[in-house]
Amino acid sequence: MTTRREFLVATAAALVPAAVEAQIDPNQAANRKAAFQAALRNIVGDGQLRRGRVKLELPPLIDNGNSVPLSVAVESPMTATDHVVAIHVLTEKNPLPDVVSVHLGPRAGRARLSTRVRLADTQSVLAIAQLSDGSFWSDSAEVVVTLSACLEEGLI
Amino acid sequence: MARAVVTLPAQAKRGEIIEIKTLAAHSMETGFRRTQTGELIPRDIIRRFSCTYNGTEVYRVDLHPAIAANPLIVFTTIATETGTLSFQWVGDNGYTATETAPIRVE
Amino acid sequence: MSLRTALLFAACLLSAGAAAGEIPLSERRSGYELMGRETRAMQDDDATNPGMLWVLDGETLWRKKAGAADRACAACHGDARTSMKGVAARYPAFDAALKRPVNLEQRINICRTGRQKAPPLAFESRELLALTAYVARQSRGLPINIAIDARSKPFLDAGSEAFHRRQGQLNLACSQCHDDNWGKRLAGSLIPQAHPTGYPLYRLEWQGLGSLERRLRNCLVGIRAEPYAYGAPEFVDLELYLMWRANGMKIETPAVRP
Repeated sequence: MTTRREFLVATAAALVPAAVEAQIDPNQAANRKAAFQAALRNIVGDGQLRRGRVKLELPPLIDNGNSVPLSVAVESPMTATDHVVAIHVLTEKNPLPDVVSVHLGPRAGRARLSTRVRLADTQSVLAIAQLSDGSFWSDSAEVVVTLSACLEEGLI
Repeated sequence: MARAVVTLPAQAKRGEIIEIKTLAAHSMETGFRRTQTGELIPRDIIRRFSCTYNGTEVYRVDLHPAIAANPLIVFTTIATETGTLSFQWVGDNGYTATETAPIRVE
Repeated sequence: MSLRTALLFAACLLSAGAAAGEIPLSERRSGYELMGRETRAMQDDDATNPGMLWVLDGETLWRKKAGAADRACAACHGDARTSMKGVAARYPAFDAALKRPVNLEQRINICRTGRQKAPPLAFESRELLALTAYVARQSRGLPINIAIDARSKPFLDAGSEAFHRRQGQLNLACSQCHDDNWGKRLAGSLIPQAHPTGYPLYRLEWQGLGSLERRLRNCLVGIRAEPYAYGAPEFVDLELYLMWRANGMKIETPAVRP
């Protein structure tokens, strides 16, 4: 019969390897930054990312990282010859850099999105607008997250 | 059971920009959470949302695990003609949801 | 002072004693006021309130025939918008057959088993949450109205005793935070007065809709106390006390909270 002590030791031993990978990756920050850069290159390619024309709205201090209201609006006449083709949102410290991508055109009327996102840590969020003339514009916002999403249910 | 809810005006003037609010019932399991015994809970999310207006796609969204549970998507479209707006959500494990709404354009 | 006057005076003091530490009506504040602007907007707009997904499911279930009696809630209760108006505002309510108060979830199951001859819905199941949310939604905007009489007073007192009693490994009483220190911060979060005005509610932490009992279980685990089982009499007594303590405040179901 397994004693309680043996059971606890066996469980702890079973838990540690999987948990260690997930929680104690010493290169986590560097890896996520690299993933963010790769995601950014994937969108912008060789193009230049300019600041402006995009307005990213996030509450500066949020109630819970599980559900953060986010709005992006891009200044654009949204005509056939001058409109927003796509809007992308990226983060630097989430487990994955991509948050959401919108594909739209003149029929949208306004280049806008409102949604709710998960943020794993206090970080800055980047919104990129891709215009019909091939240019890329962006805005970023800082958010302080006290109760983080994604990884709260970690070890115990 | 209500898989999704859409809110938009029933009628509009031609050329008017209308706001559409959509909510889908879905846990958006990230794939990063673990059970009490350490096993990874597999990813299960809505991957795509699209809105078509009388058959023409006017707005499309690619969703990632960073979108909160019960995804909210609020966007606009130009009221071009009377007809039907169709909304579709597609996700992992064969998830699909569809909602339609009529619109009268004067 | 005559004996009669002295006894009356003592009785007044005793009942005032039960109320000691309670927040006066004019100072009662909902947790709604502690939330950020955007979270409040999430609650205020039915088009963006995720709790409405459950309310709509509840509306469907209300009209669905169930059980051996093959009857829907609507068969007896008609349009919930009229028949259920004000109901959630006075629950938990005394049940004469059971000789004790029951909460709204239990009341729904009493109907399911007794009238519809259907199996009871599991606590915290999507169906029970949906029906409870739908029924409670019909009282939105109405003031909480718990009336206590001689039958329910002992249960109110039991709930009050539990609220004021130190428990758990942290040896904390609910009143120490929620009566004595509301408005101050605990680990970065503002301490609310803890009025159950919006249950069942969508909690961002759960990313789903949950009942008051689920929230109270979170509290009990938080102070490292053994949580009661769902539907336990200790829970319903506490819910009765909490709702009575919130008398006069408006129902917000389905509320949104962090």
